[in-house]
Amino acid sequence: MSQRGIFRFRLYVAGEAPNSTLAIANLAAFCRAYLPDRYEIEIVDVFREPKRALADSIFMTPTLVVRTPPPARKIVGTLSQTQTVLLALGLVSDVG
Amino acid sequence: MTSARASAAKLSVKASTGIAGFDEITGGGLPRGRTTLLVGGPGSGKTIFGLQFLVHGAQECREPGIFVAFEESSPRIVANAESFGWNLAALQKKKLYFMDAQPLADLVQSGDFDLCGLLAALDAKSRELGARRIVFDALDVVLALLPDPALKRREIYRLHEWLLARELTGIITLKAGGDETMSLSQQPFGFMQFMVDCAVMLNHSVVLGVSQRSLRVQKYRGSGFDENESAFLIGNRGFEVAVAHTQSRMDATVSNERVSSGVERLDTMLGGGYYRGASVLITGFSGTAKTTLSGAFAEAACRRGEHTMFVCFDTNSTEVIRNLRSVGIRLDRYVKNGSLRMISSRAITGSAETYLVRIKALAMEHGARCVVIDPVSAWSKSGNDLSTQSVADRLIDWSKGEGTTLVCTSLLDEMSGQGEGGSQLQISALVDTWIHLNYLIQAGERNRGLSIVKSRGTAHSNQVRELILSDAGVTLTDTYTAGGEVLMGTLRWEKERAERVATEATDAAAKLKRLRLDAEEAELEVRVKSLQTELVAKQVEKALLVRTTQSHEGELSRGRTQMQELRGADATTAVRKATPP
Repeated sequence: MSQRGIFRFRLYVAGEAPNSTLAIANLAAFCRAYLPDRYEIEIVDVFREPKRALADSIFMTPTLVVRTPPPARKIVGTLSQTQTVLLALGLVSDVG
Repeated sequence: MTSARASAAKLSVKASTGIAGFDEITGGGLPRGRTTLLVGGPGSGKTIFGLQFLVHGAQECREPGIFVAFEESSPRIVANAESFGWNLAALQKKKLYFMDAQPLADLVQSGDFDLCGLLAALDAKSRELGARRIVFDALDVVLALLPDPALKRREIYRLHEWLLARELTGIITLKAGGDETMSLSQQPFGFMQFMVDCAVMLNHSVVLGVSQRSLRVQKYRGSGFDENESAFLIGNRGFEVAVAHTQSRMDATVSNERVSSGVERLDTMLGGGYYRGASVLITGFSGTAKTTLSGAFAEAACRRGEHTMFVCFDTNSTEVIRNLRSVGIRLDRYVKNGSLRMISSRAITGSAETYLVRIKALAMEHGARCVVIDPVSAWSKSGNDLSTQSVADRLIDWSKGEGTTLVCTSLLDEMSGQGEGGSQLQISALVDTWIHLNYLIQAGERNRGLSIVKSRGTAHSNQVRELILSDAGVTLTDTYTAGGEVLMGTLRWEKERAERVATEATDAAAKLKRLRLDAEEAELEVRVKSLQTELVAKQVEKALLVRTTQSHEGELSRGRTQMQELRGADATTAVRKATPP
């Protein structure tokens, strides 16, 4: 939390699928809570842009791609477990 | 309803897999536009099966395909498949697409997910490629990430529906724990078997230390199929499924041409030799000249200029050549000119299935018209009886189908006694000609006897002959039957000599008698001649006598008349007149 880097997210969703909708909501809530004003979210619908999904090797939806800060990471799922997401993003050093 | 009927009509069309034998079992291949489940343990050949299906589709059926790799990365699969001679690199450009869908090892998962991303990407790719076939390799890998069974099931249904909607011919491979394919329905993805239209089980087991692979079609909606387990092999051209007794093979064209057995008198015994395309079994204990007899056949075939293959299991091929040279069978020159191919292989490793496939491949490569397998009984060492039995059956089927003349030798167990026990593999019932060799021990000698137990469609001698091996080659001799006893070897020779001496004696006696008769005849003839001369002399004498008598009488009567005339006439008449009273 020390450096004020910007988190760029790309969230691959599958149209209106329930878990995709849930993921969008969860991500938005997470960013508001932990990364206020330092995040960008791009939402890609795999049905509309399958080529991008292929290029990014997205096979499971929803998948969150963390583009910056490096290293690039992928988090699969609805992002409902906040602790896991925090850990994956390096926002907490250890799970308490 | 209409769509269901339309797809039902499509079901009758099958997608050929290009896997030798598998298309025959299923009557043409996998259900087109439907999903097939391929289940097997580790190393059972699931990936190769799927890959071969795609390669065949792309190369032969103009059906491009997609391979979704959940477990292995595509470069590794391509590299592994190199050995089968499939030109994947060329296919990959247009007709075959590999999608790497391995979940990353450091994948972070939070909550539920689905496979829509994969399907959307596949949609795009399959449209671009015009794909007709698709393989999902190791679907279980990705399903394992889903936390609960209901979700797994949901994704499987999603995938299945997607496949059906696009009418892609699909294969989904799944791992099965261990060999218990029977209990598969209890396994996590067991319900998939009920969902799909076709299910194939691959099995890899070790029987008596010998690896054996087998395959079984468990279900096939709307089609008949061979329900039995069939052995298969991953050879150097991919999958090869062993099929027993297919209709096409059994109705092979038969030939009336005869081929020489390499032993002149044996040909005579068989009424001209073996039939072309026949299978011949030579049984006997060790040392009864089985190899020699089959070597003679191979030499005769090479002399006719036919490509021949000699497979020896017990000895090295160089040893066989050397040993056969000692009985005047020279195979080395035919090896040199390429018409004979010697293959030696110790029957220790590999299953009988492996041998059959290898022999078939080598024979095909060599263009062999005659094949010798010495001894086929070596197979019984590898694996269980049932499988080797079926391999032997299929060997004969195959040779018949190809029109290859096959000579197999089979070693009999010494312990099974001196009787004419059937061969261990029980192939004697299937072969066309069965020649049995055994020893006859008599008067301190061990001699080889040859008899034809059966020979289908040929008149054949019922006699046991003695087989003699010498520098000059292999010959058969009549055995001597005297007083209900069969004589061989020295006894036969002695008997023959005694007979010869006896014949000479009777010959001489007859000659002598003839001479004596000739002499008697000559003597008689001489006597006849002298008698005839004597007869003539007597006749002359007799004629002379008659003549002299007549002249004498004439003289007398003349004299008397003269006298009467001199004495006075009528005296005589007067005398005559006086006498009657």
